[in-house]
Amino acid sequence: MKITINGTSTDVQADTLAMVLEELGYGAAKVATAVNESFVPMALRGQTALAPGDRIEIVTPRQGG
Amino acid sequence: MRFYGTEIDSRLMLGTAQYPSPRVLADAFRRSGAGIATVSVRREAGGERAGSAFWDIVSDLGVAVLPNTAGCHSVREAVTTAQMARELFDTNWIKLEVIGHADTLQPDPFGLVEAARYLTEDGFKVFPYTTEDVVLAGRLLDAGCEVLMPWGAPIGTGLGLTNIYGMRTLRAQFPDVPMVVDAGLGLPSQAAMAMEMGYDAVLLNTAVARAGDPAAMAEGFARAVEAGRLAFEADPMEPRDMAAPSTPVIGKAFLT
Repeated sequence: MKITINGTSTDVQADTLAMVLEELGYGAAKVATAVNESFVPMALRGQTALAPGDRIEIVTPRQGG
Repeated sequence: MRFYGTEIDSRLMLGTAQYPSPRVLADAFRRSGAGIATVSVRREAGGERAGSAFWDIVSDLGVAVLPNTAGCHSVREAVTTAQMARELFDTNWIKLEVIGHADTLQPDPFGLVEAARYLTEDGFKVFPYTTEDVVLAGRLLDAGCEVLMPWGAPIGTGLGLTNIYGMRTLRAQFPDVPMVVDAGLGLPSQAAMAMEMGYDAVLLNTAVARAGDPAAMAEGFARAVEAGRLAFEADPMEPRDMAAPSTPVIGKAFLT
């Protein structure tokens, strides 16, 4: 299905947030996630089902002021 | 000094952005003696691992971390960003920015108060990036904030304290609230001035990172912050309009 990852339309096979992260190569990377503008804690990624058109944000620590 | 019950050794807080290299960043932190580093969260592609590399650098600094919601223009965006930051950095501290104007990066006061209230109820310890407005400050305290971070001038301008009257009023209005001058400082003298006025700390980024020698500038600011604080604690003299000789008049030789 087609979902949007960090603003880019992306085709994925997996249907949960945890599996999508795995599929896209995030593996054990230190990331935080949001689906359709709502935060999804790490513990809930496995049970967070995704639907076509969902908007996923995947972020990591960065420089800031 | 204390923020939300946590003792921090330094009155200087330093951002982690815009340094020419990670090494210069680390040198600047070392010479600043800063006790808190501000950080952000940003998008990362799968397999990129830039976030982990940056996190390793920050962890090695050995300072407390204060994540921000920089660039957020809505309450929803700021809240979600704060929640992601809490998980990433394992802290409930958040430097809350809700920007209301693109050119000045002035906070949106209405969104700021709403987001501060929501996040406080959600267990965050909110450090709101605000203006010198005393009414807004009161609303933020009502919303549960126990620290205020008024700007000296718009972010990245280096203009110093552009509304000294407003800054004095704010400090006087809430004498017991920890206040950090956040944003707009360009020179150590401006930081010293903020500290002399009774502000508890300053937060810098561009002034240090964009200096020709960031590490030297960091140390310059550190000394200024210390000097300003000492002056505040030393109870400065009152200024006066007319001269008053400091050398005793009595006993002067009578010569014509």
